[in-house]
Amino acid sequence: MTAWLVIAVVGAVTMVFKAAGPVMVGRRDLPPRVASVVEVLAPAMLAALVVTQTVGGDRELVLDERLAGVAAGAVAVWLRAPLIAVMVVAAATAALIRLF
Amino acid sequence: MQQAARTRDGIRAALPLAAAPFLFGAAFGVLALDAGLNWLQAVLMSATTFAGSAQFAAATILDDGGGAAAAIVAALLLNARYVPLSIAVAPIFPGSRKRRFLESQLIVDESWALAGRSGRFEYGILIGVGLFLYGLWVGGTALGTVVGDLLDPEAIGLDAAFPALFLALLAPYLRSSRAVMTAVAAAVITLVLLPVAPPGVPIVAASLAALIGLRR
Repeated sequence: MTAWLVIAVVGAVTMVFKAAGPVMVGRRDLPPRVASVVEVLAPAMLAALVVTQTVGGDRELVLDERLAGVAAGAVAVWLRAPLIAVMVVAAATAALIRLF
Repeated sequence: MQQAARTRDGIRAALPLAAAPFLFGAAFGVLALDAGLNWLQAVLMSATTFAGSAQFAAATILDDGGGAAAAIVAALLLNARYVPLSIAVAPIFPGSRKRRFLESQLIVDESWALAGRSGRFEYGILIGVGLFLYGLWVGGTALGTVVGDLLDPEAIGLDAAFPALFLALLAPYLRSSRAVMTAVAAAVITLVLLPVAPPGVPIVAASLAALIGLRR
């Protein structure tokens, strides 16, 4: 019963979260001030995702192999490597450090 | 025609990512069984929630005996980031309200980020990547409930590959000084809140950095 409750509530509310923009905002033109906020929403959210996935823990900052991997990936980004190369460099760096 | 081509481009862009949702999906299937879900519940959760971190959080809490309310709150806090993510990408969804509702379910971090890789969001890429990852995630979950862990995703460094991908996708935005300021502010907000706020809250709070867009 507990499981069904969690699955139903989390599933339903998550669907509403994901639909929030496309259904409620849709294709209408936003007022210029709102549009200028939405315009920089992408870099803000990407930066937040980078930070949480690199050093995020359970209510703590965790400095582990992920940070080394992302640092190596950052060098690849700076060298204008393709996306796949960036990911492989980051993954391989983290995996190698874990190995030794 | 054009749209189908973009969808194919999307799937091609996502190919290097394919191993991750499959392996993490299988890992979720294993964890879900530990937490007392049956295989059908595990697969249904992947099919309806389709968001890795929230599903892992909910299953971990149930596994630890934390109860339904704690599992629901943790998962929804983690998924609250989809409100700003979906608003950012809202204008690219065509068609009726119902169609937009259904297709918006394909928004996940990776499909959203890859759809914006040219600096503006592209519908075909989001749908292509989203569908591809959805199949892998649900299929991986189903397989995980049957055969158990396939391969530890962390052993091959996949947990470092994703933040690196998001960093690579952030780079093209950093041509304007306003975007640089916003990204730095968002990163600082996230770093400050990570040790003190429940998981998920720091990302949502970081969306406030976009208010820098109001500066002239």
